[in-house]
Amino acid sequence: MKTDGPFYQRDRTWHPPALSRDYKTSVSRSPKYPLISLETTVSETTGPVFGHGDIAASDNDLLTNYAASGESPIGERIILHGQVLDENRRPVPDTLLELWQANAGGRYRHKKDTYLAPVDPNFGGCGRTLTDANGYYCFRTVKPGAYPWRNWINSWRPAHIHLSIFGTAFAQRLITQLYFEGDPLIDKCPIVQTIPDEKARAQLVARLDLNATIPLDAIAYRFDIVLRGRRSTLFENRQEGN
Amino acid sequence: MTQELDYLRETPSQTAGPYVHIGLSPGAAGFDIYDHQLGGDIAGPHAKGERIRVEGMVIDGTGSPIKDVLLEAWQANADGFYAHPEQAGSVEEGFRGWGRVISDFDTGNWGFDTIKPGLVDTGTGQNMAPHLNFWIVARGINLGLNTRMYFSDEAEANAVDPVLNLIEWERRRDTLIATRSERNGKPVYRFDIRLQGDDETVFFDI
Ligand SMILES: [Fe+3]
Repeated sequence: MKTDGPFYQRDRTWHPPALSRDYKTSVSRSPKYPLISLETTVSETTGPVFGHGDIAASDNDLLTNYAASGESPIGERIILHGQVLDENRRPVPDTLLELWQANAGGRYRHKKDTYLAPVDPNFGGCGRTLTDANGYYCFRTVKPGAYPWRNWINSWRPAHIHLSIFGTAFAQRLITQLYFEGDPLIDKCPIVQTIPDEKARAQLVARLDLNATIPLDAIAYRFDIVLRGRRSTLFENRQEGN
Repeated sequence: MTQELDYLRETPSQTAGPYVHIGLSPGAAGFDIYDHQLGGDIAGPHAKGERIRVEGMVIDGTGSPIKDVLLEAWQANADGFYAHPEQAGSVEEGFRGWGRVISDFDTGNWGFDTIKPGLVDTGTGQNMAPHLNFWIVARGINLGLNTRMYFSDEAEANAVDPVLNLIEWERRRDTLIATRSERNGKPVYRFDIRLQGDDETVFFDI
């Protein structure tokens, strides 16, 4: 019988290395010693479980979850949807997705953000949802604006949405950012460029999905997310003494 | 020509950035939006075991505290079971074993209350010493860092812990051991995490 075993080794050449000199903050925040490789134990193959009691159904609608009644945030209305899968192409159901983003002007609702673009009184900038039984999720929000940041004198982040995903195990925990198809700032961004492989960077670019738009209402982008897969234990590892 | 292997590739990580609080801890960002924030109560009211506090700082390569870090903790209950469907044993009602904490914007200090976990059975007959699993994200961290915290008053269990013993450099094992003290009769464990330097914390590729 096949049972779920340890997780596949994470391909660290596909992810950004800890030290990326052009992303200056990483220089003093990147461990110098090699990581200790640890075959996943029960401490890593388990992880927190969330249910519908943890969140509200409306938490995935950023057009309304902070807006005064009858009002909505300024900006391009978008639907963001996709599927969460693992490396074995298996859907990941009932998993918690959280996201956060700047408003249409590129300003975050955060006491540490001092960018001169205005805060939108009707936009909080965060949402969360659980994937459905087939791993699908959707959010409604506005497309975030680009914003400047202090890396080089003239560094601008492409429009992006930050995403946090749990999966079924602590070993799958992931935070990433999604970008929007066609944005010329993507190739110029030192944070995007921390990822060495061009195909890996492309995996973070959401695609325009006209079939999922709501005509005369909101344009749609599709963004699928892949979490680590697990080995099937085809043959049990023989333990000492057996 | 050969057949293609049909695996997908994991979505690449990106830094959580300086505004991670908006998504994961909006109260800290300065606004309330959800009925309740997740991760504030790790053990719940009914958990058995010793009630403890865990405190520390995450320190960068210049020796400065990181003031925009977010940590998640994942732990077993006092019987050594995780709150997860794959675990044979059960946990107390309200015990999630998962928590989320951010550092203070001014000082970099973080801390949370929980219970001390028990020995964890690995399924191979060898127990792991009591430990908390940590996942650390912040601006400048490109891929979340995984580490573990062990307990200074568990020297015997720590000495035979299979994960601590994977670390060839014995002196580096000490970076994973939190020191116990008491404050107002309550046990407090201090766990500072150093991202670089002579005492760089051991991080795992899990
Ligand atoms: Fe951002």
